[in-house]
Amino acid sequence: MNALETAKFELCLRLGDSALIIGHRLSEWCGHAPILEEDIALTNVALDFVGLSRNLLSYAAQIQNEGKTEDDMAYLRDVVLYRNTLITEQPNGDFAFTMTRQFFYDAFTYFYYKELCNSHDLTLKGIAEKAVKEIDYHLRHSTEWMYRLGDGTTESHQRTQDAVDELWMYTGDMFASDENYQLLVENNIGPAMEKIKEQWSIKVNEVLERATLKIPSATFMQSGSLKGFHTEHLGFLLAEMQHIPRSYPNSTW
Amino acid sequence: MENKDQSQGILWEVFIQGNPGIPHKHAGSLHAPDAEMALQAARDVYTRRSEGISIWVVPAANITASSPEDNGSFFEPSNDKPYRHPTFYKVPEGVKYL
Repeated sequence: MNALETAKFELCLRLGDSALIIGHRLSEWCGHAPILEEDIALTNVALDFVGLSRNLLSYAAQIQNEGKTEDDMAYLRDVVLYRNTLITEQPNGDFAFTMTRQFFYDAFTYFYYKELCNSHDLTLKGIAEKAVKEIDYHLRHSTEWMYRLGDGTTESHQRTQDAVDELWMYTGDMFASDENYQLLVENNIGPAMEKIKEQWSIKVNEVLERATLKIPSATFMQSGSLKGFHTEHLGFLLAEMQHIPRSYPNSTW
Repeated sequence: MENKDQSQGILWEVFIQGNPGIPHKHAGSLHAPDAEMALQAARDVYTRRSEGISIWVVPAANITASSPEDNGSFFEPSNDKPYRHPTFYKVPEGVKYL
């Protein structure tokens, strides 16, 4: 792979892994959500994300050109090779925690994929155009929950504020940029992260304010996903997700 | 977890329109705390296989239903009035959804 291909490959992993991991996290709610209707809603969103990750990981495999498939990408890479942004791998916690995580990431994907529709890479453009309608709904859903949980009962408010406080330090990693990514920006393949961060901040401020939630004053941000540095949770997730394909290679059903 | 009525929100009836121009049809019911969440839940529960292009949600409590005891006076009188059925007309070709 030349420099530009490497950069594209890394972006596909970053977006595709994030979609796969948050999709997997949401799928963990299947059969456990607080109400039946939300159980179906969460698994719908999970499926949207897994579908999105399939497109991106297939494209990554194609760029890599080593004869690998989307399944190889998903099931046969170890933690350090995963590029998902840190917030997506955080465990579900309670419903407020899951929804807050979802809202933060949905707001990112909402602005990011909208911009990605202008990508000069036609495959990424196509993937983004397909994804934006789904993402539109995801954000609407998690936003409405933020209002209801934040501005709900004393307990729901407290749980949601705790989630905001705990998750805040993982939000910075979503906008991380490096030499690879800068190359994509210069070639009009990926949108500048500063712009996405600005739009994201406005939206998040607006929603949290209406939800009577406070943005933490602490500014320390975790980072590292671009280099494959993850929180301790991702390894356990992958162990569960990859267990079958690794134990029974090439099995079909 | 306790499953008290209130913990799931109120009951909503869901009506889905399958295609332009045809009536909304009762699809089922669900629980939700308010109208917006009912609409979203209806979208997730009842249109995930492309069943609809429009959704109505109505609080079940706002629906006034006839009671079974009324069936005699409400419905039986029409049983012996076949002339009310439009069987004496020809349906023009190409008319759908009748």
